[in-house]
Amino acid sequence: MANKILLEVVTPSRLLVSEEVELATAPGTDGVFGAMANHSPLLATLKIGEMHYLNEGNTVRIALSGGFCDVSNNRMTVLAESAELSTEIDVERALRAKERAERRLQEAEARKGDIDLARAQAAFVRALTRIHIAGH
Amino acid sequence: MAALKDIKLKIVGIKKTAQITQAMNMVAAAKLRGAQQRMEDFRPYAEKFSGVMAELAGAGINPDAFPLMAARPVKKVMLILVTSDRGLCGAFNSNLIRDTEKFLKAQQGEGREGCLACVGKKGNAFFKKSPVEILHSSVGIMDNIQMFNARQVGQEVINLFLEGKVDEVQLLYGRFINVAVQRPTMNRILPISTEGLEEGEGEKSEGPRATYTYEPDPEEILNNLLPMFVNVQIMHAMLETGASEQAARMTAMDNATRACKDMIADLTMVYNKARQSAITAELMDIVGGAEALK
Repeated sequence: MANKILLEVVTPSRLLVSEEVELATAPGTDGVFGAMANHSPLLATLKIGEMHYLNEGNTVRIALSGGFCDVSNNRMTVLAESAELSTEIDVERALRAKERAERRLQEAEARKGDIDLARAQAAFVRALTRIHIAGH
Repeated sequence: MAALKDIKLKIVGIKKTAQITQAMNMVAAAKLRGAQQRMEDFRPYAEKFSGVMAELAGAGINPDAFPLMAARPVKKVMLILVTSDRGLCGAFNSNLIRDTEKFLKAQQGEGREGCLACVGKKGNAFFKKSPVEILHSSVGIMDNIQMFNARQVGQEVINLFLEGKVDEVQLLYGRFINVAVQRPTMNRILPISTEGLEEGEGEKSEGPRATYTYEPDPEEILNNLLPMFVNVQIMHAMLETGASEQAARMTAMDNATRACKDMIADLTMVYNKARQSAITAELMDIVGGAEALK
């Protein structure tokens, strides 16, 4: 147990993961980082992307959509707006979301609306991440 | 005889009403369980969030550097009023509306302008008819409260605040204390103050305070977190109101059912008395007729 860190992934609707793990990585805004046991205290914002953790030889992948991460006292807390385990992702829904986002992306580009564009881009990246993670 | 039939009809009608209120009571009880569960599910997120905010607040930041934290002279105050979408829940919504009116009057007394953002149909329907300005309304979302609803409201409110259209934002919601008690509660959500945070509900980190590494720097993290913090508070208020609504409806429907039962008991008494006197009158007639034949 000594070489593990407690990982907690929390979203507004549930506590997704609460487990002692050997290694956890998360997509920080300034780049992907990993945390192992006794990591020094860290507070980082996260972008949309993939996080995974390693426990007893199993790797679990999670699709994250933004949030932030707090590492302290041998505990890593990920607060995400939404998070899904790779096994839970509905690929068809993600594909539909991707198509929708693509369409919106084109519309937004045509209209040059900054907010719409940013939103559509975020939706697009989210959908891609989920497809990518589920695809393995 | 007509009176007897009328009473009978009334009793039947009240019995049906009692059935409906009883059913509504049970539905509210079931929904309350769901709403409470969602509140429970949300709690770890909110607590962790407050914890992190407290941590950042302790990192020695200058509140004036953040538009969402900077206090300015207050000319216009906005109140986010969270009510339910449906009625038939006793005085729950009226209490919230009464508090809102009190608040608006108090603001006027201090020479400030008040305006509203309504979440939930009931508050919106009430104030639409009043001269109070409603800057934002979200209705029909209280049955299925989602984070993106809260985010929408939060975004709107933040924009108004940043554009300088409002200088302060308060949040009024029905706080769920227990099944019998729901209390209208008001919190200031903008500008965000760090004072409330340090004593915050978030769990205190044990051991010596560690020096954090911030990625990116604290200012940027805070810039990201502050709007989210507003959303989290709105979400929290919506969930609390949702649970309170169901609890209030349960109590209201329970009272209604009991009132129906009382009325049925009273009416049955009246009915029996009327029936008895009708029978007596009839008997008297027959006896009188028989006497006359002798």
